[in-house]
Amino acid sequence: MSTTVAVLRFPGTLDHDSAVRAVEGLGATAVEAWHADAELPAGTDAVLLPGGFSYGDHLRCGAIASRAPVMAAVKRHADAGGRVVGICNGFQVLCEAGLLPGALRRNATLSFVCRQMELEVADDDTPWTSGLETGAVISIPIKNNEGAWYGDPDAARVVLRYRDNLLGSTDAVAGVANAAGNVMGLMPHPEEACDALLGSTDGQLVLAGLIA
Amino acid sequence: MSDVPLHRQLGLTDDEAALIPELLGREPTDPELVMFSLMWSEHCSYKHSKPLLRGFPTTGARVLQGPGENAGVVDVGDGIAVALKIESHNHPSAVEPFEGAATGVGGIVRDIIAMGARPIALLDSLRFGELTSARSRHLFTRSVAGIGHYGNCIGVPTVGGEVSFDDRYEESCLVNAMCVGVLGPGGILRAAAQGPGNALVLFGNKTGRDGIGGASVLASAELDEAEDKRPSVQVSDPFTERKLMDCCRELAESGTLVALQDLGAAGLTSAASEMAAKGGVGLDIDLDLVPLRETLAPAEILVSESQERMLAVVLPEKLEEMIAVCRRWDLDATAIGSVTEGENLVARSGGAVVVDLPARLLADDAPVYEVPRVPAPAGIPLDLATIPEPADLAAAWADLLARPNIASKRWIYERYDHLVGANTIRRPGGDAAVVRLPGSDRAIALTTDCAERHCEIDPRGGGRASVLEAARNLACVGARPVAATDCLNFPNPEKGSTGWRLAESIAGMAEALTALDVPVVSGNVSLYNESATRSILPTPVVGMMGLLERADSSVGHAFADAGDVVLLVGDDGVLDASEYAASPGGALPDVDVSREVAAIELVLRAAEEGLLRSAHDVSGGGLAVALAESAMAGGVGVTAEVEPGRRDDEVMFGEGGGRMLVTLAAGDVARFEGLAGPAVRVRWLGEVGGDAVVLRIGDNEVALPVERAREAYERGLPEALA
Repeated sequence: MSTTVAVLRFPGTLDHDSAVRAVEGLGATAVEAWHADAELPAGTDAVLLPGGFSYGDHLRCGAIASRAPVMAAVKRHADAGGRVVGICNGFQVLCEAGLLPGALRRNATLSFVCRQMELEVADDDTPWTSGLETGAVISIPIKNNEGAWYGDPDAARVVLRYRDNLLGSTDAVAGVANAAGNVMGLMPHPEEACDALLGSTDGQLVLAGLIA
Repeated sequence: MSDVPLHRQLGLTDDEAALIPELLGREPTDPELVMFSLMWSEHCSYKHSKPLLRGFPTTGARVLQGPGENAGVVDVGDGIAVALKIESHNHPSAVEPFEGAATGVGGIVRDIIAMGARPIALLDSLRFGELTSARSRHLFTRSVAGIGHYGNCIGVPTVGGEVSFDDRYEESCLVNAMCVGVLGPGGILRAAAQGPGNALVLFGNKTGRDGIGGASVLASAELDEAEDKRPSVQVSDPFTERKLMDCCRELAESGTLVALQDLGAAGLTSAASEMAAKGGVGLDIDLDLVPLRETLAPAEILVSESQERMLAVVLPEKLEEMIAVCRRWDLDATAIGSVTEGENLVARSGGAVVVDLPARLLADDAPVYEVPRVPAPAGIPLDLATIPEPADLAAAWADLLARPNIASKRWIYERYDHLVGANTIRRPGGDAAVVRLPGSDRAIALTTDCAERHCEIDPRGGGRASVLEAARNLACVGARPVAATDCLNFPNPEKGSTGWRLAESIAGMAEALTALDVPVVSGNVSLYNESATRSILPTPVVGMMGLLERADSSVGHAFADAGDVVLLVGDDGVLDASEYAASPGGALPDVDVSREVAAIELVLRAAEEGLLRSAHDVSGGGLAVALAESAMAGGVGVTAEVEPGRRDDEVMFGEGGGRMLVTLAAGDVARFEGLAGPAVRVRWLGEVGGDAVVLRIGDNEVALPVERAREAYERGLPEALA
């Protein structure tokens, strides 16, 4: 049986389809999880929160989505040790939901930035870095306006750091996990780095963490 | 104010106002007069440009939908159809650049949605005054912010476009947005209303007072009093647009819709009259049912340009299902009327009929005017003696690379999400963007181009050059041009030589398009881009789409490996009207369409045979800039030898000649030359290698280290904005 990954869809989610393609490229099965539903689809093994502007980013990025009905089910899934990854807006949602430490602030550039970035693996003992060694460098694009992670790096499990801290994250953080490692969020977009035709397949190394 | 008759306040001429009662057989009601004023504006009726547009080739084996619908549609093989269109939002952007540019993106996206297509790419063609002007910096940075805000929030990648700066755009900037979408399994949706008894459903945002009179007030008059026109600019809500996109995709795939139309200029008036006129049916609308944001008079409801709204014709038995899909996406959806027998558009308010007239009077029967065609005098050739030859050519080269018109546009495109959707194969910064067609081995290439300085001096040649440059950009990424969309930005066609320039530009574009066998499938006209003191350069922007049968076969402009041979395809350039000369005048050699098309065909065939390591169009800044750009992109230098005989700066920086720079493995040169017919000039320039761009012109050698070139090229735009 292949792994079933529930890909969340909020109003304003933009990366649902590319996340589905990336998940299917890993040999997993993708199913849509609708924001207004109280439960994740039956048979869900792992959860992916894709990027976008959920609820128009009104109030604060991820704030409204973090209180959507489906998020209670995501929390139960995470508490039971299930794998959860949040990408970009999905990372913001996980921080707002309290599933990950810290918060995402306006970029130091004071602008939206779309650029291919080099990321350094800071912790190779997580499901999201299992094929990699600490210090290894991978290439994944960022595209965000509020992508500067702010928090206490000592109280967080830093998984990925930018080699060039363009956005002004605390300790150059690009991605963090919860203490157990089963929940991870990152601002870069691994689902857009899963195809050599598009310039990089390094995103597959991260998303492989969805497959138990 | 009250001394001026209502029709003149609304922008109608006395003759037009007199024609309306003749056509109606009675005096129009006030709402009807307002509707006529908008629908008969240049923006909605093309009354000054329609006769000229007939010169474009619009048919071809791939054309599934030509001009006249919300967008053109082209068959790209593999069972895939692609919709494309470019549109201007110039006047609103000159008044309020952020919302003007943002709603320009929103409008073109809805045109694509209305065809039943899913938007997959955006491009923007922009013109502003020189960045030394505080006003131009404001208009430029806020327009870029508005485009980015909207495009980023709706999740359609902005993959390309172009921008240039010229004093002539100081008071009338240009913001043209192009969108491309892929048709779903439901096929093409059209605007024609059908089936008396079917429901008319308005869905999306609520209707408010924003943008009232935009089409007539802003887009069809000169901009001297633009400061007072701010309430006429619409307000953007990209979050609702994204929900509309997702909702319309679901509706199109479920086959719920009989017809679909977006609400753009002139709002409900335009959408309803076009749907009725195209379908040869009537529509009966109850204005009391339109969801409002604030209290509005009937005429205001009819012409409001509130954004993110669509109008659909739905079978009665599908109505409930259709509204349920809209609700799922948190969108208002209301049956506001129905399709009727006959041909009249009827609108009721408070039980009374306030509008009752044949829809075609609004949609099709605007008066058509021939523009005066007063030729401008021919240009005088540039006197090179007026341009001092620089003592340090390398320094002049670096300076040119830092000019905003030539410098890297990274400052712009990094503010746009150019990757969302995970289909962008060739990103901004090259000759054309390449976008994979989802679910297919194929890809499309996209570019926008315009040779506006050329059009000013010689509009026919400039029209040809604009089309040919677009085709060269596509050929350089290995894509065969298959369709075009155009946005004709001109000053007031009733004044001076503008009408002649418009006609000549169109004729030149048509010649080149015909020679390339590329049909125009959609387009837009924006006139009156002038103020009391300045009028824009004639700017007929060409958006062109090319096709790659194999998505993995595209070619980039970056030099690849040391030892690769560099060849130059095409003829010599001149400094007249060039970026280097920085003076508007000059006289340009005739653009030889058949020679340039042969050169394009050569590069295309070489790309298709897999011979090219890189290819790059030689455009602004000439050969020296093109070599530097390929070197910077590849991170490797080049040594090129060029024949002397003219001034060194003309050899380095001259523009035109239909040139492309290609590199090949040494062993492939003979095969490449074998593909070249007698009409194409191919010259050996040199080899890739080293860490400097070295140009040998006879005994003179000019060298620019790649890193120095990069420093200048990347510094130019941020520095101009600092």
